[in-house]
Amino acid sequence: MANEVYVKELELTKADFVSDQMVKWCPGCGDHAILASFLKALPQLGHKKEDIVVVSGIGCSSRFPYYVKTYGFHGIHGRAAALASGIKITNPKLNVWMVTGDGDSLAIGGNHFIHVLRRNIDINIMLFNNRIYGLTKGQYSPTTPLGQVTKTSPQGTIEHPFNPGELAIGAQGTFFARVTDTNPKLMTEIIVEASKHKGTSLIEFLQNCVIFNNKTFQDITSREAKFENQIYLKAGESMIFGKESDKGIILDGTKLKVVKLGEGVTEKNLLIHNPHESDPGIHIMLAKMAPPEFPAAIGVIRSVDNLSYDEQVEAIIEHEKEVSPIHTVTDLLNSGKTWDI
Amino acid sequence: MKSVVDLENVVVRFAGDSGDGMQLTGALFSDAAAVAGNDFATFPDYPSEIRAPQGTVAGVSGFQIHFGQKNIYTSGDLADVLVAMNPAPLKKNLEWVKPGGTIIVDTDTFTEKALIKAGYETNPLTDGSLNDYNLIKAPISTLTKNAAAELGLDNKMVLKSRNMFALGVMFFIFHRDFKSADEYFENKFKANPLVVKSNKMVMRAGYNYADTIEALNRVTYNVEPASLKKGKYRNITGNLATAWGLLAASEKSGRPLFLGSYPITPATDILQELAKHKSLGAKAFQAEDEIAGVVSSIGASFAGSMAVTTTSGPGLSLKSEAIGLAVMTELPLVIVDVQRGGPSTGLPTKSEQSDLMQAMYGRNGEAPLIILAASTSSDCFFFAFEAARFAMEHMTPVILLTDSYLANGSEVFKIPDMKDLPKIKPPLAKPNDPEYQPYKRDPEKLNRLWAVPGTDGLRHRIGGLEKEDGSGNVSHDPMNHQIMSEYRAEKVNRVANYIPDQEIIGDKEGDLLIVSWGGTYGNMLEAVNALQEEGKRVSLAHFNYINPLPKNTKEIFKNFKKIIVPELNLGQFVMILRMHFPEFRFEQYNKIQGLPFMVKELVDRFNQLLEED
Ligand code: SF4
Repeated sequence: MANEVYVKELELTKADFVSDQMVKWCPGCGDHAILASFLKALPQLGHKKEDIVVVSGIGCSSRFPYYVKTYGFHGIHGRAAALASGIKITNPKLNVWMVTGDGDSLAIGGNHFIHVLRRNIDINIMLFNNRIYGLTKGQYSPTTPLGQVTKTSPQGTIEHPFNPGELAIGAQGTFFARVTDTNPKLMTEIIVEASKHKGTSLIEFLQNCVIFNNKTFQDITSREAKFENQIYLKAGESMIFGKESDKGIILDGTKLKVVKLGEGVTEKNLLIHNPHESDPGIHIMLAKMAPPEFPAAIGVIRSVDNLSYDEQVEAIIEHEKEVSPIHTVTDLLNSGKTWDI
Repeated sequence: MKSVVDLENVVVRFAGDSGDGMQLTGALFSDAAAVAGNDFATFPDYPSEIRAPQGTVAGVSGFQIHFGQKNIYTSGDLADVLVAMNPAPLKKNLEWVKPGGTIIVDTDTFTEKALIKAGYETNPLTDGSLNDYNLIKAPISTLTKNAAAELGLDNKMVLKSRNMFALGVMFFIFHRDFKSADEYFENKFKANPLVVKSNKMVMRAGYNYADTIEALNRVTYNVEPASLKKGKYRNITGNLATAWGLLAASEKSGRPLFLGSYPITPATDILQELAKHKSLGAKAFQAEDEIAGVVSSIGASFAGSMAVTTTSGPGLSLKSEAIGLAVMTELPLVIVDVQRGGPSTGLPTKSEQSDLMQAMYGRNGEAPLIILAASTSSDCFFFAFEAARFAMEHMTPVILLTDSYLANGSEVFKIPDMKDLPKIKPPLAKPNDPEYQPYKRDPEKLNRLWAVPGTDGLRHRIGGLEKEDGSGNVSHDPMNHQIMSEYRAEKVNRVANYIPDQEIIGDKEGDLLIVSWGGTYGNMLEAVNALQEEGKRVSLAHFNYINPLPKNTKEIFKNFKKIIVPELNLGQFVMILRMHFPEFRFEQYNKIQGLPFMVKELVDRFNQLLEED
């Protein structure tokens, strides 16, 4: 119901969604590419343009709603998940997008972030992870690597960073995907996938903040590194990577391991990606893979079916309307113990 | 010789350990008062810990009912009759019994061990300390066991119905009918006819015991039916009335109710109640914290719900920033604050009026909103309705202040006819309106239109950043900020054009005007009535519309020699009055003990003020 495509042949184009507001992100910021991919994806979602809502919290990424011509709500710091929840629960027909950052959702809004995932409310979260506070000009965030020097960690951070995928799957998230801001085609594909998923979808965008944390994902995204340090996970396919497609991932005991193909190891020995496996074990391990030991996993890492909060609310309402003797406030006022004078 | 004494009104207090079923006893006694046609008001007094140690003063649970043949406005100051099931409840409640009042105790429970636990050094039943009371010493435990002996139930089980023995005694003293209590047993213990029987037998044993013993001096009391208006009535607590008032507003506006809330004493009942009514389309969302409670409501409001969040003082603090967002985005939102003793965790189960300043000013920036305050348990219904009506029709957050005393107290409620409530007309934007602009204002109310996602041709963006007048685009323009700030203030000020004039109880001029607000209404009214009966030139102006104030407020104040503002805080409403009306002198009377005013202390204070030059 929630994802039912009720407007079939919509001849929408990107132009239908470009807002008249000036985009104010720094030149070279990864946000520009994400916005472009999003605008490209919107006409493909199969929703009426008035049924799409984009909400955000506070931070560079959270300016996003102003740049998309849909219904939009720029909220307050950390609270976008609660805002999106209220919107979706009110009207499950709406296609709700939440744009947020590593500070917005993993620090000040951490509580709302884990609870929206746990409830599996059918909204789509786009987490722009640039491992820094951009809007306030360069303080460390909950995803900043241990030891990094920032304005508030002049001697290097002493905090253990969150891995957003691990956190989300640990919070019972049903959909987690990761994509780099350097891969527009995949971004659009994944945005469309996320929209289709029934329940909370989380996309982590590895986003470059050119001003305060330039090249933080260089070991994953640079031209030289991307083949050796990225693995694109596709459902039903072996976990293979490397420029020559000569490396893969196997399960060695209880741990993942990178192996070289040949010398007795064939594609058959490799793990086959199954994003639909409900047990989160392998998905968490995949989400945690990081260079130099592992390639970082890109693509849809987890996508499992579970009841969504909003569809259950509707089902209960429908049922109660059938079985309850109370159909109006008058019925309610006159229910229970009353007496006449 | 038996004699029957007529009484106008009576206060009865039931007190026991938290496991003694005092709330149920009180509720059944209230039902019987309803059947007898009395007006009444009740108040429960629970221990703040869920499982406070048995037998100690901290674990005492009480229930007070004030009933009578005249209109009843409060649950009463001091009790005429105290039923104390054990030593600890006696110790805790003695100070709330009228001098010379009746005290009924279960003598079986006054063991040495129990006395020590309750903190008694000598036995109050024998040391003479209760000589000034009409003490009825009844071996309730033994008599309860004997009453149901023939049923062969085990003793522990039977002793659980000790409270019903006490209820039977009270039914005799006040000439009450068993019918409503019998019905309750039959319903409640449907599956266990033996338990129904034993409860009925124990209750009748109490009744018969009271009929035969000499201790009562053979005096019973008759409280005639009250002269209430014809109609259908029910008993209602403030929290229940609040929940139902909100549902009524949802029905009258055609907007589905969304509640985003987090459990907090003493507001949780509203969340629990609204969670029940999915058949009315109400969606109650139990959020992960107070902030998510209000923010989800703001999202719901944006999406077209009649949005509500309910809380108490500490929760209101947490919601401050988000309420500012609702002010900025000019979306309808009802915030119910069931006030309790503060600051911080304060007195979670006690009542106070100390969140008024927080409601007025507890946000960053210039963030005005409407404030209403309910004055009785039953009128929580109407003010919750009004809060939702103003929120939607004026496109603004509204804070409704109730308090723990109203919330948990109950009173007789005349069931309103939904036809008599005004229709609520939210300013919904029309699909594809070419003139639509997010921040275009109505010239009269200055509100903007409500354009709900999903509506064709109205896509727009809003948010917490300052908006350009009209277009709603983000704007940092200095003059625009001035204009928008003034609009937001003026929009709330103009609500004064839509609220009723302030009423005055008593003459329009006189020696003393009592100015009160919110949950103290009943006590003020009883005090003013008492003074007027003494011939004093005293009137009452009790406020429900706090921000903005009714337009005739100044006119009212002019005609009195003195004005006093009694409040259950250190003087918050009086500060607002002094700000608006510096030309008047306002005396204060502030009580901050977690307890309501007593009528007697009000009368004394007012008399004292009348006598001063
Ligand atoms: S500060 Fe960083 S994240 Fe923010 S807009 Fe500039 S480049 Fe992008």
